[in-house]
Amino acid sequence: MLQLKKLTKTYKTGDQALKAIDLEVPKGQVLALIGPSGAGKSTMIRCINRLVEPTSGEALLDGVDLVKLGATGLRKTRREMGMIFQEYALVERLTVMENVLSGRLGFVGFWRSFLRRFPQSDVDEAFRLLDRVGLLHMADKRADELSGGQRQRVGICRALIQNPKLLLVDEPTASLDPKTSRQIMRLITELCRERGLAAIINIHDVALAQMFVPRVVGLRFGEIVFDGPPNGLTPGKLTEIYGEEDWEATIEAVDDNGNEIEAAQ
Amino acid sequence: MSDIQLEDKLGTSWRKPHFITNPALRWAVIAGFVAYMIAAVMTIEVDWGRVYEGLDRGWAFILAFTSPDFVSRASDIWAGLLESIVMTVAASVVGILISIPIGLGAARNIAPLPVYVACRGIVAISRALQEIIVAILLVAIFGFGPLAGFLTLSFATIGFLSKLLAEDIESMDRVQAEAIRASGARWMQWINYGVQPQVMPRLVGLSIYRIDINFRESAILGLVGAGGIGATLNTAFDRYEYDTAAAILIMIIGIVMALEYVSGIVRARVQ
Repeated sequence: MLQLKKLTKTYKTGDQALKAIDLEVPKGQVLALIGPSGAGKSTMIRCINRLVEPTSGEALLDGVDLVKLGATGLRKTRREMGMIFQEYALVERLTVMENVLSGRLGFVGFWRSFLRRFPQSDVDEAFRLLDRVGLLHMADKRADELSGGQRQRVGICRALIQNPKLLLVDEPTASLDPKTSRQIMRLITELCRERGLAAIINIHDVALAQMFVPRVVGLRFGEIVFDGPPNGLTPGKLTEIYGEEDWEATIEAVDDNGNEIEAAQ
Repeated sequence: MSDIQLEDKLGTSWRKPHFITNPALRWAVIAGFVAYMIAAVMTIEVDWGRVYEGLDRGWAFILAFTSPDFVSRASDIWAGLLESIVMTVAASVVGILISIPIGLGAARNIAPLPVYVACRGIVAISRALQEIIVAILLVAIFGFGPLAGFLTLSFATIGFLSKLLAEDIESMDRVQAEAIRASGARWMQWINYGVQPQVMPRLVGLSIYRIDINFRESAILGLVGAGGIGATLNTAFDRYEYDTAAAILIMIIGIVMALEYVSGIVRARVQ
């Protein structure tokens, strides 16, 4: 469904953030993108919805090349890609409901959105999603009154109300405690399964990634150096992705949490 | 690997490094500054005899505040005050409405370069020309009266508010706005959902502050014939009616303080 062909990003400084990435994500597949800071994970998902302009290559979403789209085409296609951010990126002075409904902006006209008169179907869907993540009672609270985990749940609702084909998820757990991190990862993977959504999840925490996703892609210096199932991540492979370090502890942590994996499935 | 050894450092005192590391240059800068200050103060000529005579007049002016005369020129004061208020409100509303699009255009992170340059140009012109100078020019064009004052204040408001609004937009949280853009929002929706909530408290605060400034300015603009309470004040001074002048000043101070109080309440509310 999503195909990246020789996708390349060179920043003005000459840094090659992405070096001809080839990647295919089938419908409904959730994959984790791991790699050290600066490996190009964030650049890669931002090149897909063009918050960052790729330098060359193709990114095909259901056959449409995102790289070549004009302003209107890009706006229409962005509706099909929901994004979830590190640090949540909720508009803090808007209410929870406004934040969730902002996911529908691509579908409603300016005056409707300006007057906050969204179609009833959108409002109903917003309530349904908030209920699904357990935040229905917070609908009229301002986003900055919420805790980190709650904010990220609102961020998830905002992405899902777009009714996207693909979720782009950038470090969803980077600012959350370990327990909340797992809950958020579980929620994202569950929702993807319920809706048959494909997702690319950037994540620092290797153990967490292994716990929840069936496919892991390792990025180093803008190149894919690993692509396979989580149990294929051997100490050797992790060294290739991150550099020399004792990896046994990380891998053991996953085995210890075998029950977590079952719970997630 | 570094050539700094811990043993050499232990026991030695530590001071914050000087901002100018070269001591000769540092002392030269300090000495130069002191010499300039002394020279500058010495060039001010004070005619102490004139000051002694003037103290009486100054005292009479201050004494007038103990017996301000609100009554004998009441209708003039009232008319001037009303004119000032009308001028202030009209100029603030028009100025703020024009400032918003110019402020958006003058923010580098949301405006394309040509728009940015044009809007920054407008801001620079508005800020470079002092109110009094603009007022004199506009009085020359439109004649005496509040129209010139209204236009002057609108013009000054644009420079002030656009610049500060643009700077607030430039320092906003980029990711919040990015999240709105990623949903496929139109440009206007992006501004309305991603940018406006972030800058609204400051916009409201600055607008009220500007109303406050415009009222005070309206008292000055009268001195060059641009209408408002300033014209009444000027007449009072010309006639040496210090008690009437005192009454006018007291009213201006009262209104400015009331505006200050209201702006404090509003700013606390919109956070």
